[in-house]
Amino acid sequence: MTESADATVIPEPMAERMSWRDRLGRAIGGDAWTIGLAVAFVALFAFTLLLRPAYGLEALAIASLPVAFAAVGQAIVVISGGIDLSIGSVIALTNSISAVLLLAAPELSVPIVLIVLLIGLLIGLVNGALVVISRVPDIVVTLSMLFVWAGAALLVLPTPGGDSVPWLEDLIDGGFVIGAVPRALVVLLVIVGLVWIPLRRSRLGLSLYAVGSNRLAAFRSGVSVARTKVLSYVLAGFFAALGGLALTASTGIGQPVPGPYLLLSVAAIVLGGVSLAGGRGGLLGPIIGIFILGLIRADMLFLGVQSAYSTVIQGVIMVVVVMLGAWVTLRRRTA
Amino acid sequence: MTVDAATARRQSAMAVARAWMRDRPLVPLLLLLALLVVVLQVVQPGIVTAGWVSSTLRFAIPLAVIAACQTLTMLTGGIDLSVAVVASMTAYVMATLVSDFGWFGATLVALVPAMVVGLVNGIGVGIFRVHPLIMTISMSLVVSGAVNVYARANIAGGTRVPPEITWVGGQSLFGFVPNSLLLFVPLAALILFGLRRSGYGRLLYAVGDNETAARLAGVRVSALLVVLYLISGLLAGVAGLLYAGVIGSATGRLVDPYLLPSVAAVVIGGTSIFGGRGGYAGTIVGALILTVLTTLLNVLGMPEATRQILFGAIILAVAAAYTRITEES
Repeated sequence: MTESADATVIPEPMAERMSWRDRLGRAIGGDAWTIGLAVAFVALFAFTLLLRPAYGLEALAIASLPVAFAAVGQAIVVISGGIDLSIGSVIALTNSISAVLLLAAPELSVPIVLIVLLIGLLIGLVNGALVVISRVPDIVVTLSMLFVWAGAALLVLPTPGGDSVPWLEDLIDGGFVIGAVPRALVVLLVIVGLVWIPLRRSRLGLSLYAVGSNRLAAFRSGVSVARTKVLSYVLAGFFAALGGLALTASTGIGQPVPGPYLLLSVAAIVLGGVSLAGGRGGLLGPIIGIFILGLIRADMLFLGVQSAYSTVIQGVIMVVVVMLGAWVTLRRRTA
Repeated sequence: MTVDAATARRQSAMAVARAWMRDRPLVPLLLLLALLVVVLQVVQPGIVTAGWVSSTLRFAIPLAVIAACQTLTMLTGGIDLSVAVVASMTAYVMATLVSDFGWFGATLVALVPAMVVGLVNGIGVGIFRVHPLIMTISMSLVVSGAVNVYARANIAGGTRVPPEITWVGGQSLFGFVPNSLLLFVPLAALILFGLRRSGYGRLLYAVGDNETAARLAGVRVSALLVVLYLISGLLAGVAGLLYAGVIGSATGRLVDPYLLPSVAAVVIGGTSIFGGRGGYAGTIVGALILTVLTTLLNVLGMPEATRQILFGAIILAVAAAYTRITEES
């Protein structure tokens, strides 16, 4: 029963031996869903411009930033075969902590941001360790921790309040270089890219997918399942903390009662083609998914649809998309 | 040497105790419930009276009904996260229709949308094979939006919980036998008996244990799941009506806060979230435990924040302990 990751030889990707045509075919085949999403996003954006020619991506990017970080964190956990129901509470907690600390000591804003990120990592560590140690299913552990972290947020900040600092707000507000690309989008892509791209290519990243697609097979080929699971929750905690900071930056205050981040993060990973069974999907799909959901909301606002109806329409779109997605997978499997 | 022997004896005694509890998974739960009641009595002497028992039952019964939805769906390895919004919807629709249809008609009409939502969930899960978590979360988005739309249309109508519903949910016979027991005892008996003795009940376990095997053995899994989620929607609607009776008013979000407790009651009650193991008896005790626990945390006079933290921590601790006691070593 020894778990030694060093004893395994994880096969190198065979990318070097493939021709460019194979590679293209494989990329499109594997990422067809993501490409479809991107096309849908562009079409929706064009439609939005028809409705409101002055519409820029900036407002969308800023409003979507916290949820996008939540979706990234959720996607990593789901890829490795778990689910994090506590992610909304963790966002509320880190949002509250950062707002309280920034109000108390605005001159120490840089260390405060780092401390909040560290807290996010620690929260993830606690979640992951509890999942591994208690042997209780992920969904039950994170459901319980949802209460714990939400209570902690209320302890830190009983009523909405606190403050933000200008540089944090400037970081996500406005355009980048020539102004066409929203700064919030750049921040999102740079941070996610810096964390995910090296990880995805490393042994740890591969083990996330391995554990997600088949725990037993991963264990028997020498992957430390416990360590990988903890890692996925630590990453989710880190991205949730980024979401909390993004919320502080975009709203300027702390809000101890979580918004619908859990629901949106799950919706985004489903739209983004991440299989809830684990082991399949990437991070780009969920991010585009969040932006599509945001655009749909904006479009309905511009079309004068009442917010109550727009929730129904969003829900119906989700139901139809998940049914279609499942139907397509079913056809492929039985064919 | 004697120390070793003593240790060995103690270990074997513990193994026997564990094996005994594993065969009777309700025993540790009932012990926990008794412990909580004792703690409550110690914290606030004199609180445990017939009236207290009656009010605890009144609050635990709707939770047990809404947790029945989770029990049944979890036995097949699914989950129904739309139960809370469906319950809220049913309570609200009933309360808006009372003045036009009377209490009985309003109740019947209000249960129709609940069953429709359950049917759609069932079609999504059973026929399209959407993951139950995703399907029911998406449907709850549709339902909560639809309730808002309906509330907007009905803004002048107002709501009223009829005395008949309040009688069932919120009042007691002879001062301490809750009337909701009259509804709950037959319902619980039906579920318990159905799960143990009926073919459909056994098939739920079979599908949850090994869906492929069940299908190869000739079970029509799709039809089974469609019916299952339909039942779940109906039970959620009934729970919503009971909550309206207990609380005495009905808003569009009345039952929403009970979604997570409904899952927690099932988990504490020892039903496996992966399907195939568990039962409704544990869920009933789980609902009682959660209700007593909530009272205890309230009585201790802690702020909302601490209560939430303790609630989460205790659910996790109980689930972890229970996993250890009942899992086959």
